[in-house]
Amino acid sequence: MTLTDELFAKNTVTLDSKIPEGPVADKWDNYKQNMKLVNPNNKRKFKVIVVGTGLAGASAAATLAELGYQVDAFTFHDSARRAHSIAAQGGINGAKNYKGDGDSVHRLFYDTVKGGDFRSREANVHRLAQVSIDIIDQMVAQGVPFAREYGGLLDNRSFGGAQVSRTFYARGQTGQQLLLGAYQQFSRQVGLGGIRLFNRTELIDVVVIDGRASGIVVRDLITGEITSHAAHAVVLATGGYGNAFFLSTNAMASNVTAAWRAHRKGALFANPSFTQIHPTCIPQSDESQAKLTLMSESLRNDGRVWVPVNQNETRLARDIPEEERDYYLERLYPSFGNLAARDVSSRAAKRLVDNGQGVGAKKNGVYLDFAEAIERLGRDVVQERYGNLFEMYERIAGENPYETPMRIYPASHYTMGGLWVDYELQTNIPGLYAAGEANFSDHGANRLGASALMQGLSDGYFVLPYTIGNGLAPLLNKPMPGIDHPEFKVAEEAARERYNAYLAINGTKSPDYFHRELGKIIWDYCGMERTEEGLKKALELLPALYQEFKTDLRVTGDGDSLNQTLEKAGRVDDFFQLGMLMCRDALDRNESCGGHFRSEYQTDDGEALRDDVNYCHVAAWQWGGNPMTPNLNVEPLEFETVHLATRSYK
Amino acid sequence: MSNHLKNITLRIWRQAGPAAKGNFETHVVDEITDEASFLEMLDILNDKLITEGKEAVVFDHDCREGICGTCSLMIDGQAHGPQRGTATCQLHMRKFKDNDTITIEPWRASAFPIIKDLMVDRSAFDRIIESGGYITAETGGAPDANLIPISKIVADAAMDSAACIGCGACVAACPNGAANLFTGAKIAHLSRLPQGQAERYSRVEAMVETMDERFGSCTNHGECEAACPKEISIDVIALMNKDYRKAKFANRKDLARK
Repeated sequence: MTLTDELFAKNTVTLDSKIPEGPVADKWDNYKQNMKLVNPNNKRKFKVIVVGTGLAGASAAATLAELGYQVDAFTFHDSARRAHSIAAQGGINGAKNYKGDGDSVHRLFYDTVKGGDFRSREANVHRLAQVSIDIIDQMVAQGVPFAREYGGLLDNRSFGGAQVSRTFYARGQTGQQLLLGAYQQFSRQVGLGGIRLFNRTELIDVVVIDGRASGIVVRDLITGEITSHAAHAVVLATGGYGNAFFLSTNAMASNVTAAWRAHRKGALFANPSFTQIHPTCIPQSDESQAKLTLMSESLRNDGRVWVPVNQNETRLARDIPEEERDYYLERLYPSFGNLAARDVSSRAAKRLVDNGQGVGAKKNGVYLDFAEAIERLGRDVVQERYGNLFEMYERIAGENPYETPMRIYPASHYTMGGLWVDYELQTNIPGLYAAGEANFSDHGANRLGASALMQGLSDGYFVLPYTIGNGLAPLLNKPMPGIDHPEFKVAEEAARERYNAYLAINGTKSPDYFHRELGKIIWDYCGMERTEEGLKKALELLPALYQEFKTDLRVTGDGDSLNQTLEKAGRVDDFFQLGMLMCRDALDRNESCGGHFRSEYQTDDGEALRDDVNYCHVAAWQWGGNPMTPNLNVEPLEFETVHLATRSYK
Repeated sequence: MSNHLKNITLRIWRQAGPAAKGNFETHVVDEITDEASFLEMLDILNDKLITEGKEAVVFDHDCREGICGTCSLMIDGQAHGPQRGTATCQLHMRKFKDNDTITIEPWRASAFPIIKDLMVDRSAFDRIIESGGYITAETGGAPDANLIPISKIVADAAMDSAACIGCGACVAACPNGAANLFTGAKIAHLSRLPQGQAERYSRVEAMVETMDERFGSCTNHGECEAACPKEISIDVIALMNKDYRKAKFANRKDLARK
């Protein structure tokens, strides 16, 4: 009996992934043929709440409103256009095979399952690859100015973990252009009255009545007022939790609160330890730094990654002769070279920096060098492809990458883990859906480049609009609890108490202080490389620091007006609780896979060593009343189409 | 190598709420590394204020990569500060020197009421987009993406104006508080593309009129272009004006036909 079987037998929650019948390539069509429909005239009788207005949220809200549902959309930003999807640089994958280089839906599916190190659900990934084609069509129809060739057709480039060119892009601002496309479609519906927009409004609780998600409790960030909103279905499209590390490429306000509050109300949180450390970020320059900046992975198409062979190198990059440079990705992974998958590239950089071969004043980076590309293509072509990224680098690092190589180092960037969802993107709480980075479903233990934008838009445009209808159809004309139901009042009161409690502590340290300290612990022990000993230590340090947070936090100002310190306190509180779960999950998973690298489990040449007998499962955690006592549930993963194999980028 | 800046005096606008009377408050920050960004300098100040039991200075910010458009700030009278083509979040302290006095204010424009301290309400921008800043293409049914070839020059020109981050610096820098650069940028983006032709004239009419209800009028100062962190050219305003004039004719003809 394998560990997965043993654990499965002990599940406290029934995990039905609802994967449709048939061969993997037919499952989505089978689903759509058999799903229940809501008559166009009846759609207006249903209200759907969408929280978050990034790619997944904006596209879901817009599409649901177009179909005729009443949509209430919530964002804590001043405008829906600010969501962090906007910062994605490199591109979006689509299995169009416009280049005729052998791409297909099957190949994108295969690459994504393999890139995820066989810890994702085949059926979901195949659907993602299928709808990737529709996404590109949809975005072009909306006027997204993708890069084009001189003949007027769309241009593509390649990204890590793929051997075909399937990535569509808009300079280094693909996320911005896609989000603005979705935002414009969303805004059209706001103007037409299909969507009611609540901006500067933050979700602070999910209300579950008789086992079904019935609405949310929110806080108006300007007035501090706490109110309830009821609906037939609630969609959380609230992003990932990479800011648990404090220093990450996420925006400052990105947080786990919505997902975490849902978790505390019974939604399972899956694979929290699956976090992605992106290989190409600008290294930390000083202690006061508040966030790290990503340099798009697309740079690895033309940039060459290297470190000096000598540990005590003091010369400038250009003075180091070729034979004293180690182009380590090309050396270690000749067939993928500088485009090896993200987790693999990140760990390689860490090992060399740990070995004293790092570059820069703090010796905390590796070079990403364009000298050869500039010689081969000319400066103009390099500028055309990466000009805005080079400018951004120069502003932040104060060095000109046309003349001296960029310095890069891995940083927390994306989280594959998230709320557990079934094939319909519904959590284990009926009526509660999770989309985009907030769910766990498609990327397994490692996400490939240019796949986050694809997944956000897939969920919002082409999956939820179908699956939500299937869930709502049986509820037609049935009474639903309104905001006068006592559960809403209980949740509102608990939220008020929670925020008043932060104000009442009156200690000595700011929420940022605790966030920074929390992040250091998670980065050191649950970052790029994890060990049993380290994780156990983290699980001692975190509760102690959390205790200090609860007794020595200082939040100035009041709860009845705009108070960014108070907002931050609530978010840091939830990051603490999540941090404990991340470490617990990493400790329980006695294998290495994708972004989860346990030093005890590696091959002779230092690659991740999976244990497919015992850990070929999703670890979905149930809230146990206290952040240190979660209950483990598992969903076994079956690979019928892509056979389990050791991932190799050699 | 990093250097530490000494004795920086900050004159910061504090205002408790939209109706409250505001005033400048002076704070001195010392030993700020010049590797720090301008907003990290404010983070350090806020951490100090909280520890002293005072309210932190409220300011809008999020991605800190110059793309989300959330950050604002008039720094010494310049929208987004002294560095051209750079949003406040990408401004670094290496642009300042020891003993500098820096004045920090919110965007000042009647269409952007102050919410608190340095934070303003820019939702008037959203209203402009809602009135027509889109191409109607409901989900599903889109033709193949390569069906209509778009010349690279056209696609690049559309991208130049689509790069707008909606920060509002153009409005803040304009002596009239006009939003013509913002509105023109979106109109130029969509009207340059073949997909945008069907709604070209109804779009410009709706957006310009929504803009005119909320913002001041353009008198060609060109301050907007100088302040724009994405360096969007005021050519987009000319394009918008031309299309608006045409729209008035085109739509009248449409009406006559009905």
